[in-house]
Amino acid sequence: MGGWAIAVHGGAGVDPNLPKERQEEAKRLLTRCLDIGISALRSNLPAIDVVELVVRELETDPLFNSGRGSALTEKGTVEMEASIMDGPKRRCGAVSGLTTVKNPVSLARLVMDKTPHSYLAFAGAEEFARKQGVELVDNQYFITEDNVGMLKLAKEANSILFDYRIPTLSTCGGGAALESPIQMNGLPISVYAPETVGCVVVDKEGRCAAATSTGGLMNKMTGRIGDSPLIGSGTYACELVGVSCTGEGEAIIRSTLAREVAAVMEYKGLNLHEAVDYVIKYRLDEGKAGLIAVSKNGEVACGFNTTGMFRGCATEDGFMEVGVW
Amino acid sequence: MGWAIALHGGAGDIPRSLPPELRLPREAGLRHCLDVGIAALKAHKHPLDVVELVVRELENHPHFNAGKGSVLTSSGTIEMEASIMDGKSKRCGAVSGLSTVVNAVSLARLVMEKTPHIYLGFHGAEAFAREQGVETADPSYFITPENIERLKQAQEANRVQIDYTQPIQKEPNDAAAAARIPNGDSQIGTVGCVAVDGEGNLASATSTGGLVNKMAGRIGDSPIIGAGTYANHICAVSATGKGEAMIRGTVARDVAAVMEFKGLSLKEAAAYVIDQVPPGNAGLVAVSSTGEIATVYNTAGMFRASASEDGYSEISIWDSPIKVSN
Repeated sequence: MGGWAIAVHGGAGVDPNLPKERQEEAKRLLTRCLDIGISALRSNLPAIDVVELVVRELETDPLFNSGRGSALTEKGTVEMEASIMDGPKRRCGAVSGLTTVKNPVSLARLVMDKTPHSYLAFAGAEEFARKQGVELVDNQYFITEDNVGMLKLAKEANSILFDYRIPTLSTCGGGAALESPIQMNGLPISVYAPETVGCVVVDKEGRCAAATSTGGLMNKMTGRIGDSPLIGSGTYACELVGVSCTGEGEAIIRSTLAREVAAVMEYKGLNLHEAVDYVIKYRLDEGKAGLIAVSKNGEVACGFNTTGMFRGCATEDGFMEVGVW
Repeated sequence: MGWAIALHGGAGDIPRSLPPELRLPREAGLRHCLDVGIAALKAHKHPLDVVELVVRELENHPHFNAGKGSVLTSSGTIEMEASIMDGKSKRCGAVSGLSTVVNAVSLARLVMEKTPHIYLGFHGAEAFAREQGVETADPSYFITPENIERLKQAQEANRVQIDYTQPIQKEPNDAAAAARIPNGDSQIGTVGCVAVDGEGNLASATSTGGLVNKMAGRIGDSPIIGAGTYANHICAVSATGKGEAMIRGTVARDVAAVMEFKGLSLKEAAAYVIDQVPPGNAGLVAVSSTGEIATVYNTAGMFRASASEDGYSEISIWDSPIKVSN
């Protein structure tokens, strides 16, 4: 009991056919991020700084769906969003519709620290980014070859869904990917795996924080906002707990998932593990999602009703674990 | 049981000395919207249709901060947002950053019903509006002289204003300005409506132009499910006030959570939640599945109206809010 704790995630809902090498790559990234967070905690950085640091690392690495490596909109562009929340006073910041900001989570932090507002989006957010002098890059920077291929498959999968046409096997092996029977957001998980990223931390002083970042849903309409920047849905932190969610955005919003964990702790007196279990089992209805959470007592918990969730967690007493299934 | 409806035109520091020429049109607006809602419920329209209908009326009314009559951003532009939620299914829709859509709440409903998404913002939302052929107007349609004045005052005072702030003390010889807005500014607010029918179907909708002098791109609580709007099988809530406070307090969601997890009644839950928000920052209207109504605020006043099938009906601006002793 007590002491620091940290958890990171790279998305709930993993394709069971995901090649072993990809799984290992993911675990290496999660481990690296945990190490960064642990180092920061040992240097007494407050929780809010640690979650930002770790999510920046996840955004910069092209592996998961945030920052570089973000999923693409229907137009083939990238629109990123993120939110961050500081437990003690429940200060929060969020951004949506970013196209040139290298680290969305840091802009979300600036919204929280430098404006009278909680949430900035699209042109207004980009303008704020320029004024703040954060690192800006061309939209091309965020786009990876992998995702260009995925977008193509997504468009094919969409047309299959609505037109019932048999997909033509593409030379990049896309046909095999479309055979996956597991679905999220109503479409094959091989193409629509969320891979949103997030981090939750409680520091030695018992302060909780949470942050979430994403490129959103592959092939989404431009302007579409998901759960990740919505306080109470994708991200939440208060005196008791810090939570970051991932999965089907609609389901997470409808169930206000992140707030739900805190609410059952606050109003029903459940402890962290009971709260996470209860919320995943009973509050998601038909939705598929996962979450990570830490409590002010130094506990850490993960829960998901999907096939797998890229995750890692560690506590001050030496416990450390990275997993996919 | 039976149907019940509550609607609001914003909470804030509404001065008791509000002159008749500013108070009466708003009261008339509330009366009109209440009548529209009551008629729809009597005609057995689903609460989701009712809240959309009523909020459309509130948006069209130029004296409330939504649709026509929306407050202005720091650049003098219009950015409107709204959300709508159906209690039984928990399906929801939201929009932000609209500048030409006459009825934001209806676009939010279309997002819910015609897209695989919940929330569309800015250029993407505007493009969707065009695809759907909803009514649009030139941004100048939404801008009223009162709001140009409010923005000017806010910029002079160099602050962002919530729906109703303390009047700015003007120079006594600034007679023209004093005559125009004798008690200061920001005498308008976010709008919203909640309704329940005889079968316990609940719905909520909220719509706004946001904060006077807000940064372009600023999103408040109104389009955020769980903050400004929420509905499930227990109750429906629409909130108003300082968006940032409502977001961090997950105000709309918490009313339902407190009822469910602490067993409080609707009125107790609403009072409990509002009490958690710093004074002067929040108000809400809510109805429960059993037809109860709650209207609570920790500001000086809240433009509101409510009615239920048993014949109860009320239109108010002030009166003491329900107090909670902790």
